[in-house]
Amino acid sequence: MKAHRKQPLYLAFLLHRVSGLGLVLFLPFHFYVLALSLQGNEKLDSFLHWSQLPQVKFAETGLVFLLAIHLLGGLRLLALENLPWSNAQKNYAAIALASAFFVALGFLLRAF
Amino acid sequence: MLMDSPAATSSTATIAVSVWRGDARHGSFQRFQVPQQPSQTILDVVTWIQRYADPGLSYRFACRVGMCGSCAMMVNGIARWTCRTHVNKVLRDNQLTIEPLRNMPIIKDLACDMSEFFDKWNQAMGRFEGTTRRDQPVSTLSPNSPQRRLADAATECINCGICYASCDVVRWNRDYLGPAALNRAWSLQNDERDCAGDKRLQAVAGDAGCHQCHAQQGCATYCPNELNPTASIAGLKRMASQAWFNKKLGKRDA
Amino acid sequence: MLEMRLYLAQRISAAILAPLVLMHLGLMIYAIQGGLDAGEILGRTRGSFFWGSSYSLFVVAVAVHATIGLRNILREWLQWRGPLLHWFSWLCLAGLLFAGLRAVAAVVLP
Repeated sequence: MKAHRKQPLYLAFLLHRVSGLGLVLFLPFHFYVLALSLQGNEKLDSFLHWSQLPQVKFAETGLVFLLAIHLLGGLRLLALENLPWSNAQKNYAAIALASAFFVALGFLLRAF
Repeated sequence: MLMDSPAATSSTATIAVSVWRGDARHGSFQRFQVPQQPSQTILDVVTWIQRYADPGLSYRFACRVGMCGSCAMMVNGIARWTCRTHVNKVLRDNQLTIEPLRNMPIIKDLACDMSEFFDKWNQAMGRFEGTTRRDQPVSTLSPNSPQRRLADAATECINCGICYASCDVVRWNRDYLGPAALNRAWSLQNDERDCAGDKRLQAVAGDAGCHQCHAQQGCATYCPNELNPTASIAGLKRMASQAWFNKKLGKRDA
Repeated sequence: MLEMRLYLAQRISAAILAPLVLMHLGLMIYAIQGGLDAGEILGRTRGSFFWGSSYSLFVVAVAVHATIGLRNILREWLQWRGPLLHWFSWLCLAGLLFAGLRAVAAVVLP
């Protein structure tokens, strides 16, 4: 990574963008799976059965992390752009990251 | 004609310095071995190279005491005032890489063309427009009013270009007005003597304006005057949104 | 002032999405225990005005938000411009709206 980018708030930006990209690439697949129920419960069930695989549960945990970090980072940005300026941006970004980990961990623990 | 170089004994340590030579299209790094000296700055290194190794090296400086911002260059990938950067603080494996400021066309070697930087300053209406004339009394301002505090916090910019060179949005979007121009606009928006607020807001809220900022804060991280253009731009975003919903912002770019 | 309009649409859709995403995350963490079952899920969603309306709103907001976000990436990282960027963005919006509302209909309509 270029030297000037090795600072926390660039990484926060990158994480926000990459998580958003990951989510938008996942969405069509997500919508497709849900629409399987148009063909009856069994179609959806056969997919959900496949999703019991541990690898899939880890992948789902990853998606939960992406959604949580994108939400929390996004809230930080909405605050940054609409509330009076705070110099604690690095702190907020760190809190967002830590919280997203816990959310994902919560999901992981309940998934297994 | 090369000056006689200071005597380098076998015990004088040297630094390996890679310096960009040429312009953006035709150029490469050239390596020099520069004697280490106590309290040496990067500007000292560049000066040594030009005086004792290659008089053809082009670079800019003026005050050499951290007031003018002319000597800004990329040092090991980070934009810095070279006169205020000590070699021993940035040396990595006894190596230095010195390049011209990023995001601007290179004229030659370490000198870049800052025209677009200043053009954008104008596009953002980074100039004061007042209502009073010289025969009228001087305005009295309180330095402690909330508005004046905001204006003062952003006012110390000396146009060195470091924030511009450190901004990835500038890199990705060549039209983007950039942190310095927008920071100045914010300072002026908070100057109660200025009367061009509406026009200026229109100018900075256009397609190449404040809404392009992603709050990466590269500008704030590297500004030697400890300014925070991201904070200023956030202020402009707030102002623009309010003006938009109060129907005070025109629907066309300035 | 196109970029300003997109900025506002992005932030407004974000504000709408925030509580919906919180609801969705909560729901996923709740529902994942014991595994997912089509009957369980559809038993709750079929015929539900609440789930139908909240997820329809979710889809509309996400279609706007994701399209503008993706557009920024294409503009900044791939340097897409002009008609390519313009038509791809509309395609993305239309695609997400169609697929999303179809998915909501699939799980909500009786």
